[in-house]
Amino acid sequence: MNSFIKIGVVICLLVVVSACHDKNKPNYQYMPNMYEPVGYEAYGEVDFLPAGQEAMAPPANTVNRGWLPYEFENTPEGKELARLNTSPLDSMARDENLAKGAELYNIYCAICHGSKGDGQGTLVKREKILGVPSYADPARDITVGTAYHTQIYGLNSMGSYASQMNNTEMWQVAEYVMKLKEDLTK
Amino acid sequence: MKKVLYRNQFSKVFVFSLVLMLLFSVSLMAQDAVAESGDGAASGGDAAAGKALFNQNCAACHSLDRKMTGPALANVESRLAEDEGLDREWLYAWIKNSPGVIKSGDAYANKIYAEYNQAAMTPFPTLTNADIDNILAYTAAPPPAPAAAAATDASAGDASSGGSSGISNEVILGALVLIFALLVVMLFLVNSTLRRIAEANGISIEKENAEKRVPVWKAFAQNQFLVLVTVIFLLLGSAYFAYGWMMQVGVDQGYAPIQPIHYSHKIHAGDNKIECKYCHSSARVSKTSGIPSLNVCMNCHKSIYEYKGNPEGPSKEDLANGYTNEFYTNEIKKLYKAVGWDEENQKYTGETQPVEWVRVHNLPDFAYFNHSQHVSVAGVECQTCHGPVEEMEVMYQYSPLTMGWCVNCHRETNVKVEGNEYYEKIHAELSKKYGVENLTAAQMGGLECGKCHY
Repeated sequence: MNSFIKIGVVICLLVVVSACHDKNKPNYQYMPNMYEPVGYEAYGEVDFLPAGQEAMAPPANTVNRGWLPYEFENTPEGKELARLNTSPLDSMARDENLAKGAELYNIYCAICHGSKGDGQGTLVKREKILGVPSYADPARDITVGTAYHTQIYGLNSMGSYASQMNNTEMWQVAEYVMKLKEDLTK
Repeated sequence: MKKVLYRNQFSKVFVFSLVLMLLFSVSLMAQDAVAESGDGAASGGDAAAGKALFNQNCAACHSLDRKMTGPALANVESRLAEDEGLDREWLYAWIKNSPGVIKSGDAYANKIYAEYNQAAMTPFPTLTNADIDNILAYTAAPPPAPAAAAATDASAGDASSGGSSGISNEVILGALVLIFALLVVMLFLVNSTLRRIAEANGISIEKENAEKRVPVWKAFAQNQFLVLVTVIFLLLGSAYFAYGWMMQVGVDQGYAPIQPIHYSHKIHAGDNKIECKYCHSSARVSKTSGIPSLNVCMNCHKSIYEYKGNPEGPSKEDLANGYTNEFYTNEIKKLYKAVGWDEENQKYTGETQPVEWVRVHNLPDFAYFNHSQHVSVAGVECQTCHGPVEEMEVMYQYSPLTMGWCVNCHRETNVKVEGNEYYEKIHAELSKKYGVENLTAAQMGGLECGKCHY
């Protein structure tokens, strides 16, 4: 009977040890001083900011590097004015811009607008988001200017993509959208 | 015996649920047919064709029963006729050219335009009056979705069969436990009976050999060679385990923290095939991969306010974990609360609440890692390091993220030099130096200490 108790104790110990391994908690470290950053890391926590939160919106009226002002307002009138806006990208490097635009388009836009721009992206086919128009829709008459305008501000159910791409990248996507429109209306 | 009994019951339940399913689906079909024929006759439009048109053209901004960018459109025609005295002709004009109607000074048009934040409705000159009739027929009485009915049927069937298989598993296990318990009891009983018989016959079993033999541990202790060998084996064994234990300190492979909002990578990246870089957009251009700010979530979740699941319904595994459609819808509501989105009025309230995501992948401060260098320059797939994220319901750390793991990949991976002018000259020189066709990251200097530690 004594040996039963011993076996029981060993099993209990094993259970206790294995229970210590909790995958919801990070493992312990040798020298945490060398693991924890001294400087301020992205998404870190610091004492002097509200709620310790480092990931905050930048102060008012600051711009990031490479930012360019955009003169048209987020109104229907602004969009009409933007219709005549042209791409500032170098037309000599059109192929490279289109290649980059295609890459970005397939990341950010194709999920709804479809890789051909016909409004048949995966989310539309799976009926998660409905009513995405084709670029070839004559009533919309998109131009490179309105494509850029819509990326900057979003439109109706579509959100703004200005937080995910910079100005150049959005122009590259706008140019690629126009290429898709050409292919669709051909 | 028991098992057989339950199997019978199981098949009975199955047959019963099948009959139920068939019954209900037949009645649903019947309703479909009635509804469709009724509507078609009443409003002079084909509701089924209207649904297709509605989903294609209107559904981006309008829903039938809830406010979106534009107003809810269920029974829009009768509503306008009763409240505003507007007829179908007005609707034709409005849908085909809404800015024109607004400019003409129409009172109701201007009122609704102002009410919805001056979001201009796209004109649809390509829709014919017949198309609009169809759409209006759909808004008047949408045909009940047969797909949804089938899905609920299927899920009900799944649930019942899942439940019964669970019961049978438990029954089998219970029977096994019972059998083992019986065996143990029988063993004890037999033992004691034998003892009693032995005692009755006057045989003493225990003390007979005890005095003749040396106890085993004493014999072991007296044999010095055996002791030596055992000690060496014990030392080697403990060294092995101690080494294994020390090597896992600071390694977080398998770390899967609970997040404040249950975000399923499986649904987003797997089922819906959203690109990783859609949300983690800074992985392209910066050191960190970036946790998306909530506006990125709202790009889609402005429209997707509930989780409808797959057409085949939630899997048994999901149900076992409590991942029902309501559960996911509830998580979307958490997002709305955090980002301050007022669903009723389709507006941001401005009352936001930061979400404290728990970071899964942590590198020690003394190691430098840059996402853009690996994602954009080297073109490494996200899955190479992060594993099959598109299959992860709960995100976990797939790779050990140890130095050995980094170095191993640098040794095995060829540098992507195509279309990269920067590497043309260096690559040629180094290839000549090492006498190889393809350069690995290690040969480009990917093993130098200072590349990652400084």
